Amino acid sequence: MKLPSFEYLRARSMEEAWALHSEAGGDAVYLSGGHSVVPSMALRLQAPSRLIDISQIAELRGVSLADGTLRIGAMTRHAEVLADPLIARHAPLLSQAAPHVAHPAIRNRGTIGGNLALADPASEFPAAVLALRAEIEATGPEGRRLIAADDFFLDLYETALAPGELLTAIHVPLPPESRLFGFDEIARRRGDYAMVGVAAQADVAGGVIADASVTLFSVGFTPVRAKAAEQALDGAPLSPESIARAQAALAQNLDPPEDPGFPPERRLQLARVLLGRVLSRMEPVK
Amino acid sequence: MKHLLTTTVNGEQVQEAVSPRTSLADFLREDMGLTGTHLGCEMGACGACLVLMDGAPVHACLVLAVQAEGCTVETIEGLTETGAAADLQARFHDRNALQCGYCTNGMLMSAQALLAANPDPSRDEIRDALSGNYCRCTGYEAIVDAIAATASDRAALPETKAEAAE
Repeated sequence: MKLPSFEYLRARSMEEAWALHSEAGGDAVYLSGGHSVVPSMALRLQAPSRLIDISQIAELRGVSLADGTLRIGAMTRHAEVLADPLIARHAPLLSQAAPHVAHPAIRNRGTIGGNLALADPASEFPAAVLALRAEIEATGPEGRRLIAADDFFLDLYETALAPGELLTAIHVPLPPESRLFGFDEIARRRGDYAMVGVAAQADVAGGVIADASVTLFSVGFTPVRAKAAEQALDGAPLSPESIARAQAALAQNLDPPEDPGFPPERRLQLARVLLGRVLSRMEPVK
Repeated sequence: MKHLLTTTVNGEQVQEAVSPRTSLADFLREDMGLTGTHLGCEMGACGACLVLMDGAPVHACLVLAVQAEGCTVETIEGLTETGAAADLQARFHDRNALQCGYCTNGMLMSAQALLAANPDPSRDEIRDALSGNYCRCTGYEAIVDAIAATASDRAALPETKAEAAE
């Protein structure tokens, strides 16, 4: 369908964006790539009276290293995430996730900040930032704050962002040399919504796993950290036995909702199979 | 309220007053009369509306016309006029890679972008690149054939000609 009517305003600074948002009394949505906002309006899932275009704000752009973290500006498009050498070096889960995010033309416009702010539970980047133990930088009139990814995804399409606050960047802690990464998903066709997906990382030094991080997506209302599986891995050698224990532990953290034609048991089984595949193929940064 | 949009379409700078809710696709079709850009789903799923924006394929149904401010937009009419995709179009014709033709604009845009980034794609890579383009007539086989054949044709060209074809 065609979009409902709205007022379009371009913000040239964060201050201007907040002011325009507050002026609309909450009946406003920020527009960056527009690849979630525009279809949601076409489908009448929302009809804000004002769209505030934030794509020209300089602070939202760029990928850089500073103070032991990788800072990825919110306006970084999916295609840029896919190609960026700093991201490939320091946050490889995002590079591995990017080819699965929608289709090539969508990746040319969609932005990682918009993707995380939407918090679609079937989306790849939320699970990847959770596994990377990244922090989400949110900036509002009261200042800037960093929100741990663990505390960011609250419920279906619900995040810890306050009304009017801008998601400005993602901060990823730099990985040690010993870190291994793995990402994969099961989908009917490349770019389709995943039936289940896994993002994992772990430090393996002297043959022993430490700091395992295992997240799944498309298994519930938010991306899910499989903490019992992480515990099954930590302190153990990376072996078929420890992987089997992690697979068996998945049910402690996953409780997939009822879905017509896709029973929860089947999704859990696919999650176990995929987790085994991902853990046995984890690799260091290339 | 309408906004004055200044953008470049198929090499020509245009200025038009557009309302915010007008998609780039509707702007191209209705204000510019460029009806080669087709609208299918109007929600970014079918790929019939792809155009090149600053050189990269995008869904013209998901871009607001006002967001094209200062950008370069190329439609299938532009690609046809410059002959940049003439060999690809000829291969689609030879291989009968269309029936109703509704999806063809988007297929050509995706194929053109794929071959620019990856001149020697495997059939799987071609299918991945077309994953956002629906065709309800052909079953895709002929489309993949036509793109693979164009890749071979372009690889066989002397370098100067290959560059001109880009």
